[in-house]
Amino acid sequence: MSEKKKKLAIIASKADIPGAYPPLILASTAAAMDYEVGIFFTFFGLNMLKKNKLNKLKVTPAGETAMPMPIPQIVGMLPGMTDVATAMMKSWMKGANVAKLQELMDLSIEAGVKLIACQMTMDVMKIKRKHLIDECEVGGAAAMLEFASDADITLYI
Amino acid sequence: MSEIKIAKTLDAKNLSCPLPILKTKKAIADIEIGEFLEVLSTDPGSVADFKAWTNSTGHELADQSAENGIFRYIIKKTK
Repeated sequence: MSEKKKKLAIIASKADIPGAYPPLILASTAAAMDYEVGIFFTFFGLNMLKKNKLNKLKVTPAGETAMPMPIPQIVGMLPGMTDVATAMMKSWMKGANVAKLQELMDLSIEAGVKLIACQMTMDVMKIKRKHLIDECEVGGAAAMLEFASDADITLYI
Repeated sequence: MSEIKIAKTLDAKNLSCPLPILKTKKAIADIEIGEFLEVLSTDPGSVADFKAWTNSTGHELADQSAENGIFRYIIKKTK
């Protein structure tokens, strides 16, 4: 290819269901559009890189005022309500034929998306390299900034 | 214009964004340069997405149409 590839850099800092979808949707799509893509997974976002974790992510109705559940906010804080909300959201997504998070991650990996795990978060949360998928690399702020320094689009999610 | 001969058809009906685009990217790898890929989608957002994807990748959106809620795209592989 003669012209320089466009480049997308994403910081993924969340790993509830609504927070995990945007980085993977945008990364996989950008890769399909021939972009060079990197995602830096930090704080709770690092959970997305844990082995066998992606399809177990949840969503909590507590404080999520826009979630269309027919219950008062306070009920969302009761034990078990997170699992109820998660099951509801997964069934809506299945109904709309939305890809599973794991499917989007697999497509991203296949397309060569660079996955960087935040070393500092690993230290804070006592997550070892062996807990993370083999396809990621480990780095810090400098690694993220070096990648993002000539990116066309940089997103913090 | 000469008649378009479809080399491959991708049925992406009932799939939500971004799967039609992701599957199109994979499908176009299966045909030769100069050949045409047909994609069928029921996602109304795909109209803007296929325009953007062909703009970005350089493949040619040779034809598009919509009938009974099904969007049909004909993409010519250019590289």
